[in-house]
Amino acid sequence: MMKKKVFALVMAMVMVWSLAACGGGSNNSGGNNNSSGGDSNTSGDEAQEIVVALITNTTGDYANYGLPVHNAAMMYFEEVNAAGGINGKQLKILEYDDKADGTESTNALNLAVQNGATAVLGSVLTGATIALADATYELNLPQITASATALNVTQIDPDDPNGEVRTNVFRACFTDPYQGELMADYAYNKMGARTAAILYESGSDYSEGLMNAFTAKAKEVGMEIVGSEAFATGDKDFKAQLTNIVNANPDVVYFPFYYAEAGVAVTQARTLGLKQTILGGDGFGGIKDYASAEDLEGTIYCSGYAPGTDSVKDFEAGYKAKYNEDVPNMFAPLAYDAAMILCKGLEAAEAKGLTPGSDEYKQTVIDTIAAMDGVAGITGSYSFDEYNNPEKPVAMIMLKDGAEIFDAMYEMK
Amino acid sequence: MNVLSLIFLQLINGLQSGSIYALVALGYSMVYGVILLLNFAHGDVIMVGAYMVYYSITMFGFHPVTSMLLAVAACTLLGVLVEKVAYTPLRSAPRLSLLITAIGVSFLLENGAQLLFGADAKRVESLINGAFRIGEAQISYTAVVTIGVMVLSMVLLTLLVRRTKLGKAMRAVSEDMSAAQLMGASLNMTIMFTFAVGSALAGIGSVLYVCAYNQASPTMGSMLGLKAFVAAVLGGIGSIPGAMIGGLAIGLLEALVSAVGLSGWKDAAVFAILIIVLLVKPTGILGKRTQEKV
Repeated sequence: MMKKKVFALVMAMVMVWSLAACGGGSNNSGGNNNSSGGDSNTSGDEAQEIVVALITNTTGDYANYGLPVHNAAMMYFEEVNAAGGINGKQLKILEYDDKADGTESTNALNLAVQNGATAVLGSVLTGATIALADATYELNLPQITASATALNVTQIDPDDPNGEVRTNVFRACFTDPYQGELMADYAYNKMGARTAAILYESGSDYSEGLMNAFTAKAKEVGMEIVGSEAFATGDKDFKAQLTNIVNANPDVVYFPFYYAEAGVAVTQARTLGLKQTILGGDGFGGIKDYASAEDLEGTIYCSGYAPGTDSVKDFEAGYKAKYNEDVPNMFAPLAYDAAMILCKGLEAAEAKGLTPGSDEYKQTVIDTIAAMDGVAGITGSYSFDEYNNPEKPVAMIMLKDGAEIFDAMYEMK
Repeated sequence: MNVLSLIFLQLINGLQSGSIYALVALGYSMVYGVILLLNFAHGDVIMVGAYMVYYSITMFGFHPVTSMLLAVAACTLLGVLVEKVAYTPLRSAPRLSLLITAIGVSFLLENGAQLLFGADAKRVESLINGAFRIGEAQISYTAVVTIGVMVLSMVLLTLLVRRTKLGKAMRAVSEDMSAAQLMGASLNMTIMFTFAVGSALAGIGSVLYVCAYNQASPTMGSMLGLKAFVAAVLGGIGSIPGAMIGGLAIGLLEALVSAVGLSGWKDAAVFAILIIVLLVKPTGILGKRTQEKV
């Protein structure tokens, strides 16, 4: 009973506070005091800073994805602060570790909001990001993820094109279907392919997602799919399927699955006499160690990031200098871009003279990002579609002499 | 490609993977024949063999032939070791305890390998290169060698079982354990020998696997082992020619299912065979019906 009473009391206080927050939106000092929570900062200090939450998984199983996101985003924010901040205000970054867990990421968000966060960068993996997106959507808090590729991060029901969109949530990476469509477009428009064959991993969301998107786009542009073969996860023998594909004699072959199996498939396909170009998804990153240089020669895959090109050179050098390691994967440059996009939104809100944390402020950040038209990042230029997914050129990587070399940027026709 | 070369090529594909299934199925069958144990750790012995090939070639720079022999030796040793450590103490325990122990050993090997070698697949440079053409079909030398080695192993094994004293002891033990002991066959020796031969065949299988797929990964043995088990059941578990027929049949079935465009149903077809065999003819193609003695 006692517990219930205490709980009711706390709930009542929370409600009063949130009411005050709504009322305080239009009132500069009121809004700030309220959102600062337990901190006893003076309102003068707060006016000089913009609070942003950075929620990533820096420990646990998938920290090799989360750490680069954290590091690269911090790098961007620190560069902004070193250059004088936004509108003379310093960015105050609240860093949280969500261990790639949805509950943790939501808890982190609650803490961040109590501490006055006006925007969120995070999370890293799809599951935690969706949980976070549910919470930020309620609050209409601007959120951007560097790396969560699943459609339902921004769309509540991806199968319904007219369904509800989480208008406040954005991402810096391309989605799984987008890269499938893009490869079909590339095959048809760039390579002049008129027929294609696919080998995919049945039961893998990633592989089937790419395969479906590729097939749909092929149909749309008029490229015939002359073979669509599947294999089960864990299988290493694709010879029977590949024999069918060799026999169908397509112009290109698409392998939407990860590097280890893809290496085996490439070797087996070449042994069976397949001469055509093999296309892959971003799961091909690292394939050079899984098949011989001659078998891989000419293979093309798309990636969220073009290592070693002019636009990322400075970033790569800066990352190396700051963290004493090479850029580990595409998560880092995408996080750098995500931070950039968020800051562009904050700049617009600051330019209007709004108060960080207020509803108008958040809405301005969201509207600015949604209206972006070709804003240059280091991994490409950003515009967002009606589902808040970026429409940006993709880096095509080609295998040459056993090395994965950036070939060209490609944008869907 | 004309239909004839296509069918021929798919037959070769099926025979190649079938040969590997057959070699693995033999290990299942022999062990089951002697001590009525489904040795589910058998598939993982192959995985260890594949890593042996990888490490001896990449890390120690041994000649491929040396590495292959090392892999076969390592598998043989591992098979005997597993038998001594995990199965011998349980020889008089109920069958179920043995079966559960076998599954436990399988998990131990898989996860131990993940810990030791890492969860990523390791690539082994191809050991047999090149291909030749028959008509329009391009056939790799690996496929020819695989099928050849399987046939050779089968002949040698049959000779071993039919013509040697140890082979005789094996057959005797599988017929009646206590009577064989009374006739002077050493039970421990015979069972150890059975495991050694079965694991050596698994070692040969692992070498052929690495030649065909150029990869070693910690979990590669589990699906391979299960399919080989289906092959052993199909051929009649306990029967040596049955294991060969079963293995080749499963390989050909997989190729056939893929060839007609149902590649997504490949695994389903294999396990459907298991269900059908158990329902229709539980003793398999060549298995003998044994009367339960009351």
